Amino acid sequence: MLKEKITAVNGLNVHTIQTDKYKTNTLVFKMKAPLTKETVTQRALLPYVLQSGTKTHPTATALRSYLDELYGATLNVDLTKKGEQHIITIRVDIANEKFLKDSAPLLNKAVQLLSDIILQPALENGEFVAKIVEQEKRSLKQRIQSVYDDKMRYANLRLIEEMCKGEPYALHVNGELKDVDSITSKSLYGYYQKALQEDEMDLYIIGDIDEAEVLDLVKSYFQFENRAVSNRKSPMTKKTITNVNEVIEKQDVKQGKLNIGYRTSITYEDDQYYALQVFNGIFGGFSHSKLFINVREKASLAYYAASRLESHKGLLMVMSGIEPSNYEKAVSIIKEQMEAMKKGAFTDEEIVQTKAVIRNQLLETLDTPRGLVEVLYHNVVSERRRPVDEWIDAMEKVTREEIIEVANKIELDTIYFLTGMEGEQ
Amino acid sequence: MEKLFYEQLQEELYYEKMPNGLDVYILPKKGFNKTYATFTTKYGSIDNQFVPLGQTEMKRVPDGIAHFLEHKLFEKEDGDVFQQFSKQGASANAFTSFTRTAYLFSSTTNVEKNLETLIDFVQSPYFTDKTVEKEKGIIGQEIRMYDDNPDWRLYFGAIQSMYKNHPVRIDIAGTVESIAEITKELLYECYETFYHPSNMLLFVVGPVDQEKIMQQIRDNQARKSFKPAMEIKRFVYSEPEDVAQAKQVIPMNVQTPKCLVGIKAKNVSHIGKDKLKHELAMNVLLDYLFGKSSPHYERLYSDGLIDETFSYDYTEETQFGFAIVGGDTAEPDRLADELKKIMLTFREHSLPDQDLERVKKKKIGVFLRSLNSPEYIANQFTRYAFHQVSLFDIVSVLESLTCQDIEQVANECFNESQISVCQVVPKNARE
Repeated sequence: MLKEKITAVNGLNVHTIQTDKYKTNTLVFKMKAPLTKETVTQRALLPYVLQSGTKTHPTATALRSYLDELYGATLNVDLTKKGEQHIITIRVDIANEKFLKDSAPLLNKAVQLLSDIILQPALENGEFVAKIVEQEKRSLKQRIQSVYDDKMRYANLRLIEEMCKGEPYALHVNGELKDVDSITSKSLYGYYQKALQEDEMDLYIIGDIDEAEVLDLVKSYFQFENRAVSNRKSPMTKKTITNVNEVIEKQDVKQGKLNIGYRTSITYEDDQYYALQVFNGIFGGFSHSKLFINVREKASLAYYAASRLESHKGLLMVMSGIEPSNYEKAVSIIKEQMEAMKKGAFTDEEIVQTKAVIRNQLLETLDTPRGLVEVLYHNVVSERRRPVDEWIDAMEKVTREEIIEVANKIELDTIYFLTGMEGEQ
Repeated sequence: MEKLFYEQLQEELYYEKMPNGLDVYILPKKGFNKTYATFTTKYGSIDNQFVPLGQTEMKRVPDGIAHFLEHKLFEKEDGDVFQQFSKQGASANAFTSFTRTAYLFSSTTNVEKNLETLIDFVQSPYFTDKTVEKEKGIIGQEIRMYDDNPDWRLYFGAIQSMYKNHPVRIDIAGTVESIAEITKELLYECYETFYHPSNMLLFVVGPVDQEKIMQQIRDNQARKSFKPAMEIKRFVYSEPEDVAQAKQVIPMNVQTPKCLVGIKAKNVSHIGKDKLKHELAMNVLLDYLFGKSSPHYERLYSDGLIDETFSYDYTEETQFGFAIVGGDTAEPDRLADELKKIMLTFREHSLPDQDLERVKKKKIGVFLRSLNSPEYIANQFTRYAFHQVSLFDIVSVLESLTCQDIEQVANECFNESQISVCQVVPKNARE
C-alpha cells in the first residue's frame, strides 16, 4: 500500500507519496476555508486569476507556452464544497524526464511554477492585473450560468438549494452571480492576501520522487509570511425536518429529472460512516443496487437511477431521469426501496457483493494520482484520520444490524422534480 | 506468444492470435491495483447495412441496433451479468461508438474469474422478445436524456451538417422510433455477423502474469466452436467531399448560445503508420491554431468570444474524418466567422519550425500522461490495432512530422466548401 508522509513546511502541510507506477509527477495544492456568503464568490474567482499569469510569465499565453515547453505540463484549477468548507485546488502534472529522450529535470521546474502561481502572481500597481480580473469575472459568470443549460446538474443544484435553504451548504461552489460585478482587482488582491494567511493549506506530491529532495524544494520555493491559520471548522448546521418538502418545477425539457434528498446525520468523522457507505451501496450506489434493479431493470422507467453520499454534510441524494408522466410511480418505487432498507429486507449476499464492490472502487481510485489525493484529503477535511487500510478493514466488518440502524436514521427531506411543460398554456 | 518491448516507454506487450482469429494483447503493469480488460468488436453504429453471415444480399437494419445489442448482451437466462461481476468485486461496463462496441471490466481481485465472465458473456448471446421489449423503455430514456443535452445535440448537429449520406450522421443510440423496430431475430443476425472472434480484440492491462492469462484465454477459446471466419461485407456509402449544409441552427431551452465549426476531412482511408501520421498531423495543426498557448486563443478569449468550454477535436476512422472547434459563446455568428477566418488564412502562411517543435513536445508529454491510464491504453490500443498500427508508435510518428506534413493536411481540409457551422441558440431568440 502507498505510504503518505506528512511534513509541516512553513505553515503548509506537505504530503509526499513515493511510487514508480506513473509516467508523470503530480502536484496538488489545496486551500480550504469555511463556506460563507461573503467569501464564496471571491474564492471562486481567485484560482482562475492566479492561473492567468505569474510575475515571470505575466499573461495566460506566456504561461501556457511555458507549460508546452515543459513537455505539455498541465495546470488546472477547480473548486469544491466538502460539507461547509470551500476548497480551492490547483494541480500541476508534469512528465517524468526518465521517459524522455531529452532529460532536463522537470520536477524542480514544476514546484517552482506552482509556487509562482500561488505566491508570485502577475501584478500591476500592487494589485492583480485589471484586464485579467475582468476577463475572469466574465468567465466566472458564464461558468455560473452554464449550470442552467445542463439539466442534470441544474436539478441537483436546485435540490440542494431547496433542501439546505439558509444553510451555508446551499451556497454555490462557483459563487453567486449577483456578487461578481462588485469584485475589483484591489478587493480580490486584499482577499487573496488574507486567504494566504488564514486558509489551511495542503500540498500533495506524488510520483517517482526523492522525498527529502522534494521537501527541500518546497522549503525553498514556498515561503509564506505571517501564516496564522484561523480557519477552524465551524459547527455543522443541524436541521429538524418537520415535513417533506415537494418542489415541482416546469421547463421546456423532454425528460423529467427526479432528485430526492435525505439527511443521514452521519458524516465522515462518525463511527457509523462505514455502515453508511455499505448502506448506500446496497441502496443505490451501483448497478447491482436496489434503485438500479427496481427503477431501471424491473420497471423500465429510467436509464439512470442511483444514489450518492455527500460525506461531510451527511446527505444522501437520489437521482433519476424519467418520463414526466411516471413521476408518482418512480417516487413510490424509490420510497419502497428505502422502506425495504429500514426493515432489513436485503440479503447477506447483497452485503457481501456491495462490500466487494466498494473495496474494488476504493482500490481503483487509488490507482490515479488525482483519485489518491481526493481519498487522502477527506482526512484533512474531517480532522479524523482514516488510513486506507483501516478504511477497508472497518468497512468489511460492517454488520447487517449496523446497516439497518443507519437506514433508520435516514430522513426524507426534499423531493425535487424538473418536468416538461405538457398540459401548460 | 510474441513479446514487443518499447524501451523508451518501459512497456512490454504480449500478443497472440488465437486459432479462431481472435487477437489477444496483454500489457503487464506493475504497481497498479487494478486490472482492466476490454473485449471489442469492430462493429459500431455506422454498420447499418451489410451482408448478414451466411446470406448474399445487403440488408439495412434499424438505427441504434449496435448500441441496443450492447445493452442486451448483459442479460442472460439466469439474470444480469452486472450482478455476477459485482459479486466478484468488479465493475463492468460497455460502450458503443461509431465503429466499435467494447465490453469491459476493472477489478482488483478475482481477475481470472472476471476475465472468464467477460469472455463468456460476450460470447453467449441470449435475446428474448420480452427482454427486448423491456429494453426499449430504458434506451428510450437514454435517448431522451441526450435530447435534453445541448452539447450532444450540437455535436450531432455539427456532424449532420457535414455528412449528407454517411451513417456517422445518425445518433449512436438511434431514435425512439427506430429502436421500436428492433427484434430478437435482428439482434441475432447482427450478433452472428459481427461478433465472430476474427472480428474482435481482447486487451488486458494490469498487474497480471502474462503466461497465465494467455493460457486461460487459449483454454477458454478452445472449448468453444465458431463458424469459419468470413470477410464481412459492409455497405460503402458514397459521400461528397463538400459539406451537406453550410449552417444549421438548433433552438433549445438554453441561456448561453453554443457554436461548433466542423471541418470535413479528405484522404482518411489510409491504414497503418500513414493513418497515424495523417491523424496526428491534423491534431498538431489544431493544437497550433487553437491551443491555449496560441495567439488566436488569447485574442478570442480576451474578446469574450470563447470561454473555458472552448475545445477542438479530430475524429478519423476509415470512411470519415472530421474536426470540430468551438464551445459556448455570447456571439455564435462572430465566433463562427473568426474560426473560419483563422483556418482559411492559415493556408497563406507557413508553420514556423519552433512552433511545431513546441506543439510536438506538448503532445509527447500528453501522451506519456495518458499512459498512466489503463483505460486509455486498452481503448486506444484497440482502436489503432483496428487500423493496423500500434498506439506505441505515436511518439516516433510525432517526432517525424514536418511542417510540410502539417501544411498538407491544412491544404486538404481548410476549404470553404468543407466547413460547416452548427449553433444551439436560446429558444425565442432565433434570428
